[in-house]
Amino acid sequence: MKASIFITCICDNFYPQVGNAMVNILEKCGVECDFPTEQVCCGQPALNTGYWDDTREVAKTLLRAFKDSEHVVAPSGSCITAIKEYYPIIFEHDPEYLLLARELVSKAYEFTQFMHQVVKITDLGARFPYKVTYHASCHATRLLGVSPYVHQLLSNIKDIELIPLTHAENCCGFGGTFSVKQPEVSEAMVDEKVFHIKETGADVVTAVDMGCLMNIEGRLKKEGSKIRALHITQLLDEGMRL
Amino acid sequence: MNKIHQGKTFRERAREALKDDFMRQAVRKAVDTLETRKEEATDALGNWDQWREQGKRIREHAVENLDYYLSQLAANVRNNGGTVYFAPEAKDARQIILEIIKKHGGKHIVKSKSMVTEEIHLNKALIKEGLDVVETDLAEYILQLADEPPSHIVVPSIHKSRDQIAELFSNVAREKIPNDTPSLTAFSRKVLREKFLQADIGITGCNFAIADTGAISLVTNEGNARLTNSLPKVHIAVMGMERLVPSFADLEVLLTLLPRSATGQKLTSYISITNGPKKPEDLDGPDYFYLVILDNGRSRILADTEFRQSLHCIRCGACFNVCPVYRQVGGHSYGSVYGGPIGSVISAFLTNDMERYGGLAYASTLCAACSTVCAVKIPLHDLLLKLRHRYVTHKYTPAAERTVFKLWRTTFQNPKTYRLAIKMAQKAQSPLVNNGYIIKGPPPLSAWTNSRYFPKAAEKTFREQWQQQHH
Ligand code: SF4
Repeated sequence: MKASIFITCICDNFYPQVGNAMVNILEKCGVECDFPTEQVCCGQPALNTGYWDDTREVAKTLLRAFKDSEHVVAPSGSCITAIKEYYPIIFEHDPEYLLLARELVSKAYEFTQFMHQVVKITDLGARFPYKVTYHASCHATRLLGVSPYVHQLLSNIKDIELIPLTHAENCCGFGGTFSVKQPEVSEAMVDEKVFHIKETGADVVTAVDMGCLMNIEGRLKKEGSKIRALHITQLLDEGMRL
Repeated sequence: MNKIHQGKTFRERAREALKDDFMRQAVRKAVDTLETRKEEATDALGNWDQWREQGKRIREHAVENLDYYLSQLAANVRNNGGTVYFAPEAKDARQIILEIIKKHGGKHIVKSKSMVTEEIHLNKALIKEGLDVVETDLAEYILQLADEPPSHIVVPSIHKSRDQIAELFSNVAREKIPNDTPSLTAFSRKVLREKFLQADIGITGCNFAIADTGAISLVTNEGNARLTNSLPKVHIAVMGMERLVPSFADLEVLLTLLPRSATGQKLTSYISITNGPKKPEDLDGPDYFYLVILDNGRSRILADTEFRQSLHCIRCGACFNVCPVYRQVGGHSYGSVYGGPIGSVISAFLTNDMERYGGLAYASTLCAACSTVCAVKIPLHDLLLKLRHRYVTHKYTPAAERTVFKLWRTTFQNPKTYRLAIKMAQKAQSPLVNNGYIIKGPPPLSAWTNSRYFPKAAEKTFREQWQQQHH
């Protein structure tokens, strides 16, 4: 089985370890990975702020990069949602790219979705003897519906102690440019999120999106908390080595 | 416009609201309770999603055939002995209502259950004419005393504490009213009872009008709507023009959805359905019935296929209760009569002021909690995103922001310039990095670093690492 890795710009530049972890897991599951280097960002910052003309030009680069891929996998629910939900809309009047967009829509997966629907392995033989809580990222949860996949992957880990998070599905306040356009409201939201995370007594908070985790981690660090924020691929990869 | 609706942007009002710990705590506590109760009530129904789907179809059908049902409704109201007016704008509605009141020599007006009269700022207009107007639902009465607009479409005084209410009541009573619920209700009941007996005009909203019979339904928990529409000799109902259903069978579905979504009740305490003025055989009811059907921007929404779905709304308020932004800042921050996710979508259209209200599209993280909960499946987060696009197309966003995205586009559309930009950013960050994080960034990064650390860019990007390993 072949998969092209789509590394979101946040992971590429700030958290390359997340990309590495995802590749490790996929390769151990027998997936042959490639990385089309012509890829850039999915365009989400501009898309979500309403700048669709600008989004299109950037999105075209991505569409060309994955033209020949069999599957496309990303460690991000929100980037995959951007592609699946909105590429067909923004390319509505561009037949050539609309075709490419539709193709990408049908072969793009968020990591846990890919594990569940394509690789069909949900027990990675990992062990993770820590207390873990899970923040349910909005797009992955509500628009892609991956929460059951995440729970399956996590509950198959040995020695893990999963602690439910109060209001796990409430947005952490990141929202892309929202966090910069409405910093005060965003702060109030991440503040409540981090309050509940600390309340769990967990060692690790995990999620499927680095946008949320960057936000949550940034707040945890500012408060001097020792809780680690790990993408689910990092947690699994680490667990597979223990 | 009310004092709270003035002022500047959402951000400025939200900033103020965030300082009001009292209000924030009240709002968060209330929405949590409402949400829990809603989940219990909808789970109990078993097939909640099918009900929503059916509700959606009913609303869609009504809105798609609005012309037909509106004329059917009007004809039936007239057959029942009522009078119908169509008001294109808010000012027309106010004018019509004033004329009706004058015609009947009305002086004392009682009101119940109406967001739409908030929308047209009716109370101010009536009071200016020297009329005595009193809101009879407890929450609205409280807000009237406080001179504040509602902050939620179902629970208008959600932001008020019991102490604040006791204080408002004590001012009216000129003696201390204790802050316990029985004392507060007893006091308002006493005041309002006198008002009811005195009133010559009753003004209500309308939850749904039933086209094929010309009846008006009102869903309430206090029963004041029943008194308002039956005690005074004149009843004026004001409705947004989309708020109708073809028949009673449709009403039944919506009355299954509405209270469950709104407050987690299976049914509200009262459902009043009235069919025009009193008939000779009736024991009570008004002598005259008027229905004012308000457009006020609704046909603009109807004509706009991208946003038409927002007319499906049944004003259950469920989207407010789950919105993480509303949760933090309350309803007044939106600066519009209609706040929350649905208010952010429709306010620009209702007011025909995209420049001022279109920006509310950004009062959301697009988390989609609203769409997931909406009683009639309006894809609110999609509409918010489309509204942003519209707002950008009108060039209402700041010039600096437009430049940033132009620059972003030129850089990011080409893998080479993208890599170059990243290299430069890696270099530029080094004086700011402290223990692996940027703790204090210059503007605009400071918007982030004021409350969070920002990660430093990796020494080697994923792409660099990959290329080293694979070549
Ligand atoms: S948009 Fe939907 S959830 Fe919000 S008030 Fe209207 S019907 Fe209720």
